Amino acid sequence: MIKFEHVSKKFGKKQVLDDMNFEIPDGQFVVLIGLSGCGKTTTLKMINRLIEPDEGRIYIDGKDIEKVDKVELRRQIGYVIQQIGLFPNMTVAENICVVPKLLKYDKESRDRIVHEMLDMVNMPYDEYAHKYPSEMSGGQQQRIGVLRAFAASPPIVLMDEPFGALDPMTRETLQDEIKKLQKKLNKTIVFVTHDMGEALKLADTIIFMEDGKIVQMAPPETMLENPANDNIRRFLGKHMNDDAVTLTVEDFMRTNIITVDKHRGVRECTERMARTGVDTLLVVDESDKYIGTVSIKDIRLRGKNEKLIEALITDNAKTVRRDGDAHECFDHLLNSGDNYVVVLNNDDTIAGIVTKNSMAKALSDTLWGDER
Amino acid sequence: MTFKLFSEHLLIVVAAEVLALAVGLPLGVLCYFSPKARKPILWVVDVLQTIPALALLGIIMVLAGAGKQTVIIGIALYSLLPIVQNTNLGLLQVDPGVKEAACGMGMGRMYRLIHVEFPLAFPVVFTGVRIAAVNAVGSAVFAAFVGGGGIGTAIYKAIRIQNMNMLMQGTATLMAIAIALDLSMGWVEARIKRGHSSMKKAPARRN
Repeated sequence: MIKFEHVSKKFGKKQVLDDMNFEIPDGQFVVLIGLSGCGKTTTLKMINRLIEPDEGRIYIDGKDIEKVDKVELRRQIGYVIQQIGLFPNMTVAENICVVPKLLKYDKESRDRIVHEMLDMVNMPYDEYAHKYPSEMSGGQQQRIGVLRAFAASPPIVLMDEPFGALDPMTRETLQDEIKKLQKKLNKTIVFVTHDMGEALKLADTIIFMEDGKIVQMAPPETMLENPANDNIRRFLGKHMNDDAVTLTVEDFMRTNIITVDKHRGVRECTERMARTGVDTLLVVDESDKYIGTVSIKDIRLRGKNEKLIEALITDNAKTVRRDGDAHECFDHLLNSGDNYVVVLNNDDTIAGIVTKNSMAKALSDTLWGDER
Repeated sequence: MTFKLFSEHLLIVVAAEVLALAVGLPLGVLCYFSPKARKPILWVVDVLQTIPALALLGIIMVLAGAGKQTVIIGIALYSLLPIVQNTNLGLLQVDPGVKEAACGMGMGRMYRLIHVEFPLAFPVVFTGVRIAAVNAVGSAVFAAFVGGGGIGTAIYKAIRIQNMNMLMQGTATLMAIAIALDLSMGWVEARIKRGHSSMKKAPARRN
């Protein structure tokens, strides 16, 4: 856990940080965001003591970091910067192993770390380990910059606008990778950015700063729903819905759906499919609870010897609750290739389904009104 | 012109450069570490350059006696400026991102210098050494005046007996040494720089 207690800092006459107080629990992805000069980078650099506070204390796991040797402290904290800062005189493998080497790991463990790290981002060891940074693209270099920070498995990793200098495509990929890495390795990450899209995508908690103070510290959804002031609202800009409600699945679902009892015959079902022009039926049990789906494909493949559809039911379809987050549901529809998502009431009965069509219709209703 | 004079001359140059490096590198590093020390150090090595060679050697001779040591010390003092200046400059020019990463990852001051900063500054430092060494070949002629030997002895003698042939021989040898040294060190320098610039090709950076 990282804890700031009444931390203040002046550069000359300018008050950069003004009585900062906050806590970051373990395993959180925290993003510091704000305009340049708001003190976010200063805050970050205080955690590994690249900058010392004028007043106040900073604790990591209850220990006042002022009492820990600087160099030792930094070896326990990963650090990624925008300028990447790979050592040009060292190979990729040597760069990754800088901190393990400082911590006097033996050669075998260092070798193993390089293998594991490169594996994690799908960069083949044989191809990359012995390259020099100059032989790689900016994106690949920063990937190594990130791995280098994780190499000695520090509980905390600090990132100072790490993807700010990369092109948008590479940035997206690296964002996905870092989020995956963080979940997998369960690290506390403190991340500085001025890109709200990036913050919303990565953060468990966003800390919005202004003139050296925290204006709002909240999870992304809360910030979207309830921005503390106009500056945050401006920052959120296009990411924010005007009426500031999180859209739930039920706003987008279709309710006139065809369900069928699991004790129905196969022939009857094929007929119903033909009549209504669908290729899948939702199956319920005697108390109307959803149990799965049956598709025309399954019937064709395996239905010849079956009387009842019960034997042909599969439960591969994605299900969501009717008050679930619509965004996630959309992502699934757009990315998975599934044609529909089943929406359930809290008692497991079927509320409806969301299809690309129902999604598009609901969106057009929101944009242009119901009458169209 | 004998082989003895030739080898004496080379010995003086090499010894002086070794001494200059032994003193100049730490001074250059000190300049880099401490902006406060930088000004006075650079001022002193700069002023040393302005003392006429003969006068400087005379002063040293009074203290160190006649002989090779005097001329070696003298040339070493002359060599300080390019070595100290280029060491300081080379270290200052190392990419700030690299320095910040090194510091932020928990490298100590000396570790950073030895493993990161100095290797990256090396091409610039080497240029300074090359300049100093080539100059030293010429300056070492003054060894003849303080009993240090070397090719200067032959030239001095040739002037006194007005032997044009001998004079030309000595001068040509000196020039040959200087050119050979310059070319060979230049070649090494180009190789280091090529290696480094391929290393340094900065990543796509937008701000």
